[in-house]
Amino acid sequence: MPVTFRLPTYLRPWAGGQREVELETAGPTIADALRSLAERYPALLDRVLTETGEVRQHVNIFVGDESIRYTGGLATPLPTKALVHIVPAVSGG
Amino acid sequence: MATNGVMLLIGTTKGAFLASSSGSRSRWQVSTPQLQGHQVYAMAYDGRDGRQRIWAAAQSFHFGSVLRSSDDFGKTWSAQENATIKFPADAGVALKQIWQIAIPENDLQLMYCGVEPAALFESRNAGESWSLVKGLFDHPDRRRWEPGGGGLCLHTIIPDPEDQNRIHVAISTGGVYRTEDGGKSWRSRNQGIRAEFLPNKYPEFGQCVHKIAQHPSAPNRLFLQNHWGLYRSDDGGDSWKDMANGVPSDFGFAMVVHPHEPESVYILPLESDQFRCVPEAKLRVYRSRNGGRSWEALTRGLPQAQAFETVLRDGMATDWLDPAGIYFGTRSGKVYGSANGGASWNLIAGGLPPITCVKAAVIGQSTTARPKPKRKSAGKKRPTRARPRR
Repeated sequence: MPVTFRLPTYLRPWAGGQREVELETAGPTIADALRSLAERYPALLDRVLTETGEVRQHVNIFVGDESIRYTGGLATPLPTKALVHIVPAVSGG
Repeated sequence: MATNGVMLLIGTTKGAFLASSSGSRSRWQVSTPQLQGHQVYAMAYDGRDGRQRIWAAAQSFHFGSVLRSSDDFGKTWSAQENATIKFPADAGVALKQIWQIAIPENDLQLMYCGVEPAALFESRNAGESWSLVKGLFDHPDRRRWEPGGGGLCLHTIIPDPEDQNRIHVAISTGGVYRTEDGGKSWRSRNQGIRAEFLPNKYPEFGQCVHKIAQHPSAPNRLFLQNHWGLYRSDDGGDSWKDMANGVPSDFGFAMVVHPHEPESVYILPLESDQFRCVPEAKLRVYRSRNGGRSWEALTRGLPQAQAFETVLRDGMATDWLDPAGIYFGTRSGKVYGSANGGASWNLIAGGLPPITCVKAAVIGQSTTARPKPKRKSAGKKRPTRARPRR
């Protein structure tokens, strides 16, 4: 199933400088798609998830316009041709 | 960068700055911000084996902590994807912050990092890859360590200059731990250190140690700045004795030992844990030249009124030139330096973001070429043991 990841500026060096990464995901959920992304860019996932497999506290992942925090977290199912945004939260200093 | 110059590595909450000077240390040039936008709690200089490598722990508020290095004094930094400090999957915890980078001078490849949540990582290939020191992570005391004000962090690493199997670390709040077998097993070493905030004031572990300092020529003598309390140990950390003899407060964070005088130790007392500013709003470094038996205030060139300054645990450093340079950075973004062992001070930089760490590097000479101390160690002699290099 095709998925497009849109990356923030900070993460682009981990993905060869690309703003968008298109790939085929091996499974139906956002967790599956992130694993597929990590197969291509192994270090990228470390910036998005912690070692315990949770989405970092100040990182938001949207499938379409919906944050996965409200749609089942990493078990959120992906629609066909999903557009996934990885976005730093509005926080920091 | 001129050879035999001094470079200060200054970590701040918004990035790192490099201040460079010739050996006279009279004029300083401060760089543009490096690793801009990252919190830099730990920096170190590796001058071993012909390297001229600066290390920095860069934390993104959003995307976590990575180690970065520069071999050209900040012109370029290593690729971000080499984020090699990572807890193993079965550890059940995630890296929050890298608090300390330690570079033993008696080995060309060995490095250590202290992190939050409290753990020690080791590299045997000069920082290319890292592994968790399981002996400490699996210690039964770990489940009872509590976070201090800055988090549950391993913030101080003292590799023994003579014995590579022997390392002291300090944890807030866990206290002092020591290994004598290269990290396989660890024992708490807190006898005599007070824990003001616990019902049992002298527990086996759980103290909030803020910093330990040691002179390489006197490895059995350790100095310790506690969360309330100044201590020294003459038996390699087995026991600790109070040495707060005539300081305005025994609360503080930073502590360094003079590079050539093993009995000379510097601190920067703060008023209290409730008001973490220098006492009486006077910015005073305190120095003992007799191993903590008495202390004197060093004030020449430092503001003695309206100075509501704070210096954090890694905010003070020495170079190893002669006379020695002593430096410190404040949470209000000022860096002060003394090129004469603390007799007088000058403002090196102001207006920086809040300073988290200051380290000093002598550029152009291998760190293993460090001059011998002027005075002999008062510490007990121990046989030298070297860990086999892998």
